[in-house]
Amino acid sequence: MPTYKAPLRDMRFVLYELMNAEKLPALPGYEEFSRDLVDPVLEEAAKLCEEVLQPINRSGDEEGCRLENGVVYTPKGFKEAYTKFREGGWTSIACAPEYGGQGMPKIVNTMVEEMMCSANLSFGLYPGLTYGTYVALAGFGTAHQKATYLPKLVDGRWSGTMCLTEPHCGTDLGMLRTAAKPQADGSFQLTGTKIFISAGEHDLTDNIIHLVLARLPGAPAGTKGISLFLVPKFLVKDDGSLGSRNGVSCGSIEHKMGIKASATCVMNFDNATGWLVGEAHKGMRAMFTMMNAERISVGMQGLGIGEVSYQNATIYAKDRIQGRSLSGVKNPSKAADPIIVHPDVRRMLLTQRAYVEGCRALAAWAGETLDTSGHHPDPKVRQDADDFVALMTPIVKALITDLGYEAANIGVQVYGGHGYIREWGMEQFVRDCRIAQIYEGTNGIQALDLVGRKMPANFGRNLRQFFHPVADYIEGHQHNEAMAEFIGPLTKAFTRLQQATGFVAQKGMARPEEAGAAATEYLRLFGLVALAYLWARMAEISLAKTATATDQHDGTGPDPDGFYKHKVLTARFYYERILPETSSLVAKIMAGGKTMMAFEEAAF
Amino acid sequence: MAEIKRVAVIGAGVMGAGIAAHVANAGVPVLLLDIVPKESTDRDAVAKGAVEKMLKTDPAPFMSKAAARLVETGNIEDHLAQLADCDLIIEAIIERLDLKQALYDKIEAVRKDGSIVTSNTSTIALAKLVEGRPARFQRDFLITHFFNPPRYMRLLEIVSGPATSKAAVETVSHFCDVKLGKSVVHCKDRPGFIANRLGVFWLQASVIEAMDRGITIEEADKIIARPMGIPKTGVFALLDLVGLDLMPHVQKSLEGALPKDDPVQAYMRGNPLVERMIATGYTGRKGKGGFYRINREKGKVKEAIDLKTGEYRPEAKSEIAALDEGGAKSLGKLLTHDSVHGKYAAAVLMPTLAYAAFLVGDAADDIDSIDEAMRLGYNWKSGPFELIDQIGVDKLVGWLEAHKKSVPTIVLKAKDRTFYRVENGQRQMLGLDGAYHDMKRPDGVLMLADIKLTSKPILKNGSAALWDIGDGVACFEFTTKMNALDNETMALIQKSIAHVAKSMKAMVIYNEGTNFSAGANLGLAVFAANIAAWPQIEQLIAGGQATYKALKYAPFPTVGAPSGMALGGGCEVLLHCSAVQAHAETYTGLVEVGVGLIPGWGGCKEMLARWAEFGRLPKGPMPVPSKAFELISTATVAKSAAEAKEYLYFRPADAITMNRYRLLADAKAKALSLVAGYEPPKPPVYVLPGPTAKTAMAMAVDGFHRLGKATDYDVVVSDALANVLSGGDTDVTTPLSEDQVLALEVKNFMAIVRKPGTYARIDHMLSTGKPLRN
Repeated sequence: MPTYKAPLRDMRFVLYELMNAEKLPALPGYEEFSRDLVDPVLEEAAKLCEEVLQPINRSGDEEGCRLENGVVYTPKGFKEAYTKFREGGWTSIACAPEYGGQGMPKIVNTMVEEMMCSANLSFGLYPGLTYGTYVALAGFGTAHQKATYLPKLVDGRWSGTMCLTEPHCGTDLGMLRTAAKPQADGSFQLTGTKIFISAGEHDLTDNIIHLVLARLPGAPAGTKGISLFLVPKFLVKDDGSLGSRNGVSCGSIEHKMGIKASATCVMNFDNATGWLVGEAHKGMRAMFTMMNAERISVGMQGLGIGEVSYQNATIYAKDRIQGRSLSGVKNPSKAADPIIVHPDVRRMLLTQRAYVEGCRALAAWAGETLDTSGHHPDPKVRQDADDFVALMTPIVKALITDLGYEAANIGVQVYGGHGYIREWGMEQFVRDCRIAQIYEGTNGIQALDLVGRKMPANFGRNLRQFFHPVADYIEGHQHNEAMAEFIGPLTKAFTRLQQATGFVAQKGMARPEEAGAAATEYLRLFGLVALAYLWARMAEISLAKTATATDQHDGTGPDPDGFYKHKVLTARFYYERILPETSSLVAKIMAGGKTMMAFEEAAF
Repeated sequence: MAEIKRVAVIGAGVMGAGIAAHVANAGVPVLLLDIVPKESTDRDAVAKGAVEKMLKTDPAPFMSKAAARLVETGNIEDHLAQLADCDLIIEAIIERLDLKQALYDKIEAVRKDGSIVTSNTSTIALAKLVEGRPARFQRDFLITHFFNPPRYMRLLEIVSGPATSKAAVETVSHFCDVKLGKSVVHCKDRPGFIANRLGVFWLQASVIEAMDRGITIEEADKIIARPMGIPKTGVFALLDLVGLDLMPHVQKSLEGALPKDDPVQAYMRGNPLVERMIATGYTGRKGKGGFYRINREKGKVKEAIDLKTGEYRPEAKSEIAALDEGGAKSLGKLLTHDSVHGKYAAAVLMPTLAYAAFLVGDAADDIDSIDEAMRLGYNWKSGPFELIDQIGVDKLVGWLEAHKKSVPTIVLKAKDRTFYRVENGQRQMLGLDGAYHDMKRPDGVLMLADIKLTSKPILKNGSAALWDIGDGVACFEFTTKMNALDNETMALIQKSIAHVAKSMKAMVIYNEGTNFSAGANLGLAVFAANIAAWPQIEQLIAGGQATYKALKYAPFPTVGAPSGMALGGGCEVLLHCSAVQAHAETYTGLVEVGVGLIPGWGGCKEMLARWAEFGRLPKGPMPVPSKAFELISTATVAKSAAEAKEYLYFRPADAITMNRYRLLADAKAKALSLVAGYEPPKPPVYVLPGPTAKTAMAMAVDGFHRLGKATDYDVVVSDALANVLSGGDTDVTTPLSEDQVLALEVKNFMAIVRKPGTYARIDHMLSTGKPLRN
């Protein structure tokens, strides 16, 4: 059985040493979020994840959800865990105080999300979807809708869903068919079928609030004719109590590769009563507000899985004895040395670790900027922050889920045959993580979003928020000898990214297919350079701590547990063994898309 | 052909005064007369007042202060005798036949033999004007119909009568073409001539069809606009601009003068809404408001009138599926779109095009005159017959037949063909006889567009092309959007210099865009800046400098021939030419500070050199950099080619062409005139005061800053500019070379290009098109 211990030490490093979380209280609305409050929140979250959510992760996977007579039952222990989760106030932490939420800064919330995903990805989806519903309703709902639904969504008594996909359309929502008929009382009747609806039906909450994309009669074709509707499972009476069952039901649940404890439902709307959220035909805007927030959260799923896989791979590599070290016996008292003595096993573990710690830093950068964008008093600063978030959202989503999946796969490899069988739980991480590369916009779509929208918008204005700080950092450290081992390769990789950016932008303007052909590799290149920048900064901070430390780590120096020493070593590993990938990525990007487009369709 | 050396304009109203100012713009002395006012001691007060008012008008009727001095004012009682010295007498008084005829009698009594009289009437037939006049008058009389404002509107309609002498028509046409720069369109003596007649039809159709079909004015202004190549202003906003009260006036005169079966009569019905608006002072922009108004009580809310209720309501963003679904790009799709909007578009445009065809033979001799009148009179991108060619003759015929409207003869003749075609490189147009006729350019007109019909460029890349325009002269053309300049432009200039040096005699830099060049491609540059590609930006600056320097020292003469805007890098390229032959309507200047930058392609060093060489400034090292600083730090744009000479953006010897169509031929002639014995200029030496000058500039800027005339960031940008123009840390004892001043430009450009204030300005300019005053 896998175990999980929340990486609080590293989270604190990221929060307070790499980022500026100590300054959070300076932002209006965050006054109370000093370290005294934030640290215990993380500790409590860790406890809940380790003790309540993690233990039902594997059993949930084995058992899965089941549908009986239109009712979906979550696996054993989920309902109890959800009650504890809700009673602990965890459904409300990221929500605004005016609706009963705790208004937790995003940078902290992303870390809580990471822990939940490490512990139990399937479980996390239920409150995750509720939060998405909350974001859309808080942004676009009427005062009445907010008053009626938000408090109960926030305190977790009710949950939410996002109903977008239909059998014939997923990525291209412009084709969707679900119809909404206006009624005399101002409500609407919705009819249609939605598929792949996470948490569409389950036994965790009293009511489920569906947000549904549908078309009004005579609506313009395409995405400009889509409106957003609120459709509760149980109609809500004026006094807030639950009334009759609405015309929405779960037709079946999907049998999936992973996240088996999460109910993925086919939802049938049969003259279901709903209400318009936001303006008619402007549903995509509301949906994307929530989608953007969700994409960052999906990134956390990749991070969480990568972390827990690394932890368990490490335990196994130290424990499993097999063969002898190449440089001579390390463990003479035992029949064999632990496999961690082997360079190749270390390569695997350090790859996982460098991915995970780098991605945690990247997620925190995005989280901190989201906080700036939401709370900074200066509109210009908020605009800059928005630009950064817009730019980095596809990278956070796609890069972190790709690397998380790679890390989970490595975890299986470290276990050898034991990784491949279910008993050890390592293959579940692979299966669970796989969906994160697909939903909320496949990673291919993320890459297109980056090169097709985020890059060219306003003549590349979004790019400025990434390229300028990195360029300034490189310039500022040109003569820092201690950092030379990092700044040199960072400069090279950054220059490659600049060249690739100019190349893709220029090609893309003339021929969009060229940008499309380069998109996936470009996103990865961008992401790896972003991680390199963060690794350089983490190395810089850690070098300063280790410079005065003794090598003994006797508990008296500034690096008593060797944290900083190993941070520097991981940074080196990243620079030596991962960053060089950027040169091959650039070669692929520069090759252009001609060859693949020349291939005749029939020949595939 | 008689030369016109002195002109008189009688009637100093808006049109008369404007015509007089424009004659002065051509460098021709002009006498402006009006009546003696009843209550004034100054008997010339009316004409004088008109000139004074024009000096304050924006956009300015005069191209320069010197032009204003060419206007002599007087009154028709005391100064009538002076008409004897005038070669051309233009009457522009009130539209009353009796008054005009009385004036003609007075004119006839004093004017000299061989002089010509014209009227600026827009509503009275020539036949009526000359009725009962002596033969000499009838021989020397024609109508010259200017458009408002006379300086800026390139269209001029000329109407001659059966008795008018050919010589008089030719002399006036030539004068208006070459001297005044007008595009002369010959019209028949029919009501409204061409532009007013067809224009009224189009505007009335737009208004009435909108009312009948329940189209809002916002929707109409989106539809009868860009998709048809009509300015984005739209019809209702245009009526607000020209004044609602003008409409019924012109309408009435046309209604009475045209036969009852003229198609325009269908739209000549009373419009209670417009009548009420005029009666209550809602005459458009000049009145309390028009179809649109700004409601200041509600805090500057833009409101639009509801055509049904006649009440104002907040302006609404119109969503028009007919435009969203490709109609904005494809006129054909818009016209056939099955929606009220598609039907409205067709109901306005199709009859308007048919009416244009109806006018061939009635108001004009040929289709080109009608197209030119609509292009220049209403700023249509394509004339009606060009539009029919775009849509397809059969589509027009189909629509007319389906709506039971008669199909004009020439349209029937055009069936299965087009109105225009190119045959063996020669442009041809369809005549009423059903045959194609060559379209010959007048002598002295050379169009690059024509050259392109028969030849391929010598050199070409994505941003520019080099053409052979004959006699050993090459023409360098910018080909980008807005003619923005980039690395590729520079690369082709370099290649062109090598080519011309080897195998040609001279090079003209010219293009036929609306604007010569809006300057460096800011979007590309800012993209490079956004990804912190500083070396590339430095390369862009240094590369541009090297290119322009190569241009300046090329072993053959180069002539810049701008028209419209020539800003920033577009001004700098002209600064590096051997000579400039500018269209009179050229607006040039170094505007870089508007986006938080400084001129980096040699603009600073050329302005220093120019003012040192030609500026009549006090002695000493300070005045030259101070003058350059004054011009560049305020992004001064010359509002005409004449004014550009005052600022020394152009040299005193640079020449001006009044007629846009004659620019290339003039520039080519200028280039050829420089070929014999051409030697590149000697590099200037710069004696600059250094820090003392910088201090003086900083003090001046601080003064403006304290007064609130310079913003915080102006101070920062000015500081970078002062670093260059003062000569950096030099002093008068250490003269600087051209390259040293260029190095200062690069250094200071690279410093300012990284500042957040500059980004704020660039972002704002790119998103709004307006400068940010941060």
